[in-house]
Amino acid sequence: MNPVNYLYLSALLFTIGAAGVLIRRNAIIVFMCVELMLNAANLAFVTFSRMHGNLDGQIIAFFTMVVAAAEVVVGLAIIVTIFRSRHSASVDDASLMKL
Amino acid sequence: MDYLIGWLVLLPLLGAGVLLTGGRRLDRTGHWIGTVLAGSSFVVAAVLFFDMLGRSGEDRALHSTAFTWISVGSFKADVAFQLDQLSMTFALLITGVGTLIHIYSIGYMEHDERRRRFFGYLNLFLAAMLLLVLADNYLLLYVGWEGVGLASYLLIGFWQHKPSAATAAKKAFIVNRVGDVGLSIAIMLMFTTFGTFTFGPVLGAVDGAGEGVLTGIGLMLLLAACGKSAQVPLQSWLGDAMEGPTPVSALIHAATMVTAGVYLITRSGAIFDAAPTAQVAVVTVGAVTLLFGAIVGCAKDDIKKALAGSTMSQIGYMVMAAGLGPIGYVFAIMHLVTHGFFKAGLFLGAGSVMHGMNDEVDMRKYGALRKYMPVTFVTFGLGYLAIIGFPGLSGFFSKDKIIEAAFAKGGTEGWILGGAALLGAGITAFYMTRVMLMTFFGEKRWEPDAEGHEPHPHESPKSMTIPMVVLAFGSVFAGFLFSWNEAFVKWLEPVTSFEEAHPPMGAAAVTGATMVVMLLGVGLAWAMYGRRPVPSVAPRASWLTRAARRDLLQDDFNHVALVLPGEYLTRGLVYVDHKGVDGVVNGTAAAVGGLSGRMRRLQNGYVRSYAVSMLAGTAVLVAATLLMRGVA
Repeated sequence: MNPVNYLYLSALLFTIGAAGVLIRRNAIIVFMCVELMLNAANLAFVTFSRMHGNLDGQIIAFFTMVVAAAEVVVGLAIIVTIFRSRHSASVDDASLMKL
Repeated sequence: MDYLIGWLVLLPLLGAGVLLTGGRRLDRTGHWIGTVLAGSSFVVAAVLFFDMLGRSGEDRALHSTAFTWISVGSFKADVAFQLDQLSMTFALLITGVGTLIHIYSIGYMEHDERRRRFFGYLNLFLAAMLLLVLADNYLLLYVGWEGVGLASYLLIGFWQHKPSAATAAKKAFIVNRVGDVGLSIAIMLMFTTFGTFTFGPVLGAVDGAGEGVLTGIGLMLLLAACGKSAQVPLQSWLGDAMEGPTPVSALIHAATMVTAGVYLITRSGAIFDAAPTAQVAVVTVGAVTLLFGAIVGCAKDDIKKALAGSTMSQIGYMVMAAGLGPIGYVFAIMHLVTHGFFKAGLFLGAGSVMHGMNDEVDMRKYGALRKYMPVTFVTFGLGYLAIIGFPGLSGFFSKDKIIEAAFAKGGTEGWILGGAALLGAGITAFYMTRVMLMTFFGEKRWEPDAEGHEPHPHESPKSMTIPMVVLAFGSVFAGFLFSWNEAFVKWLEPVTSFEEAHPPMGAAAVTGATMVVMLLGVGLAWAMYGRRPVPSVAPRASWLTRAARRDLLQDDFNHVALVLPGEYLTRGLVYVDHKGVDGVVNGTAAAVGGLSGRMRRLQNGYVRSYAVSMLAGTAVLVAATLLMRGVA
């Protein structure tokens, strides 16, 4: 199969993720969409690796996974803390930093 | 002997320092300290004078370098003194008359609780004036010049509790500043032209300089002289300066301050000789001022202001003589010295009259004082005879020579200048006779002062009359001594150069004409003020008299020509500053503030809107990158 199709899929997934981050209010959903965007990027990396015939893209994909895992830890901790204090997981409610 | 020159300046300066910093513990002895130091400066001057007499004409000048003042690269300014015959004449006049005025002030200021400070200022005045005449370069002269301005400010405004005195002091200072600007520009021009400002090299190098530059320097020096010597157009401060205590007026008018301008022009004679245009300006200023001052002197009822007008006029004679070149320098200085004697005597006499008349200055309220103040009457009378040029007294010898020199200028110019000088002599005789008649003759017109005290005219104490007697001797004999065997001409000739003046109609005719004009002036004054009783309230008079009572509208002129435009300019600048400069600054601030207010709304706190802006930013960056790659 033509590897370019994977890139289309990656772009589609990234767009869905980005739209989800921008549109949804629930922090968990937003978080999941962020993960979706990261993995769309991973897919693109791996596809590029395949297309160019070297391993650089795959290595970067591993890095991304590690970073994503760390980010999940921190992000979930923040979301849980916000939920505990405000009894809501809506990102719009956490707007205390504005003037 | 040259190490003594510095002491001439140092002694009165020491006095000023001690008296002004010594505090109240010197209140009881301060006036003696000041007088003794001024007197010892005179003794030093006398010692140097006799030492100088012991040498021949060309070797008489002494130089003494005290220390290097400024040394930057090739620029070097020394505090160095030059004592030649010209400086010597001034030093003797300043310290001699100055000391007499110190002695007089002991009596005159006896009841003033700030007498110590007064003597401190007097000493400062002497020190500054001595520095001015003893400096061997224009820069140090400038220091003395400014010192004189400062001391005159302090002394004219000595009774600072009177607003009029405080204003007069400020006026004198500010008008003098105009002249000072001229002097500083002249010094800068000299430095750029000659590369130095020491008298010797500057005046020696005049031949090599262009006439344009020399004219510029000359005109700037003239401006400076106009300021200090109260010449038209910078004359307006002199009349108001009468607000100071009378000894100060005597000091300013006789020994210091107003003589500085004549000194400056005479000292810079080589520059003026090489710049005929500047010389014409000098004689014009002198001739105009001598008539201006004389006319003002005729109309004033305030005895001190009448004498102030007279000073202005007599200094006008000196400036005119100095502008005539080598035929006039010597007589300018000779008239300066004789004038120093009789004008100091007249002012001290006026102070003595005021002392006896409860500080009344209006001559219309004097009259018949000769019986009550015999010593003052006689000394004042001798000063009067000297100033109108009565034959045999000192004013006769010096003024007559100036009139001769003016006629000897030749051509139409000579006739105009000579005519002005001759007319001035007549007016001088008129106003001085008027002062004399209104003060000492006629009947009593005394009136009680504001607190109702009847005046009881009495002769002043010895400390005041003795200086007056000494000055009267000078007024009588100085001119004769100076003219004996042409002593004064021979004395000054090595410094100022001299040429015999030959008026076209002969010297005897000029002398005769002067006598006739003088007698006419005296006769007219007698007809107006001696034969008829003097009204004790000034009658309404012709427009000329009224203008002269207002100092020939000098203040009105200055107000219209300088003050009002200055005010309008200031107002305009304030408007531009408020609306223009401040407008730009405030407008920028308001614009930035408004824009920030708008921008602040972008920070709404919603994470998602930040995410949109990040996404948009990324999209723009990616698009830009692709676009640039496409272009490249």
